[in-house]
Amino acid sequence: MSSKMQSSNNTAHARRAVQQLRIEASIERIKVSKASADLMHYCGEHAKYDPLLMGIPASENPFKDKKPCTIL
Amino acid sequence: MGEMDTLKKEADGLKAQIEAARKAVNDTTMAAVASGVAAAPRVQLKNRKTLKGHLAKIYGLHWSADNRHMVSASQDGKLLIWDTYTGNKVYAIPLKSSWVMSCSMAPSGNLVASGGLDNMCTVVNIKAASPKTLRELDAHEGYLSHSRFLSDTELLTASGDTTCCLWDLETGKQKVIYKSHVGDCMCLAVSPDQNTFISGACDSTAKLWDIRDGGCKQTFIGHTSDINAIAFYPSGTAVITGSDDCTLKMYDLRADQEVNGYQDAALNAGVTSVSLSSSGRLIFAGYDNFNCNIWDSLKAEKVGVLSGHDNRVSCIGVPDDGLGVCTGSWDSFLKIWN
Repeated sequence: MSSKMQSSNNTAHARRAVQQLRIEASIERIKVSKASADLMHYCGEHAKYDPLLMGIPASENPFKDKKPCTIL
Repeated sequence: MGEMDTLKKEADGLKAQIEAARKAVNDTTMAAVASGVAAAPRVQLKNRKTLKGHLAKIYGLHWSADNRHMVSASQDGKLLIWDTYTGNKVYAIPLKSSWVMSCSMAPSGNLVASGGLDNMCTVVNIKAASPKTLRELDAHEGYLSHSRFLSDTELLTASGDTTCCLWDLETGKQKVIYKSHVGDCMCLAVSPDQNTFISGACDSTAKLWDIRDGGCKQTFIGHTSDINAIAFYPSGTAVITGSDDCTLKMYDLRADQEVNGYQDAALNAGVTSVSLSSSGRLIFAGYDNFNCNIWDSLKAEKVGVLSGHDNRVSCIGVPDDGLGVCTGSWDSFLKIWN
């Protein structure tokens, strides 16, 4: 590749990078306090339905090996 | 000033602007906000099943949307589809190239995809009379590190060529190419609403993309090494990343910055894989040191560990119903815990 093409590639790349940064600079941001509170609220609302957090009764555990019962 | 100098000045200015804007909303830490929350219970999960069948390192696993079947990929050159309730293998699909790095299953359960150092993503119909290759997606210029189906007709891939791609499975052609990373793309995760996806790369950044228009909407910085694993928080408003820098981070999409970090001075192993429990409270992270650590996502404390593998934990997954977590390892076994 000629050095002229190389430098125009570099410029094109730099232009794209600036364009991307312009997009990212323009977004709206909410406060971390609100973001954290919302995430906590979500966890709190869904915790009771989270089997790994609440535990799974043996009878409802599809992965637990069912041991045969011996009737004496 | 030459154009390059002008552009560099503008870029630097914009980066400073972004940093200032992030700082301006950084009014507290997640740790402070979560200090009032009750601690997550000490999590003691038991190994309920060990799936044996692969003969070499396992590189990927993905649960079916039916919460019961799972696909796993190994460098023994096979994809195995498991019935995890019985531990039985339902299908074994031989791969043309054994250098597989990832696998995924479509939500319908009809298709599986795999790929790796062959730079291709091979899509197989497992519900045909006998498993049949549907498509060989061949356009990436680097290895295939990750893939996820949106449906039976659309698939997202991440590649070592630094791009991600949306493929049309009916034509086998690329629909959208996502270009912005400057390092190998290692992982991707789709948002719950399927409008966006997030990618992690060896340039230490995670990027949020609009699936349809291909635009990069946000870039998350902070990691100091390759991001190997990424997952959406179930709310869709945050993402968790795992990196070779031995830490995990939570980035909130609306605050546009890191809001929590998960690290331990004693831990000096890279994170290979990450998955979340159904409420998002628990983060399961696989590490190079053969373990999987369980983190409280809000308080950033370690609340448990899954130990039992004899080699690196390379992949982790929690099914949609949240009833368990599966770890896959270089020791060739998959283990299911709950």
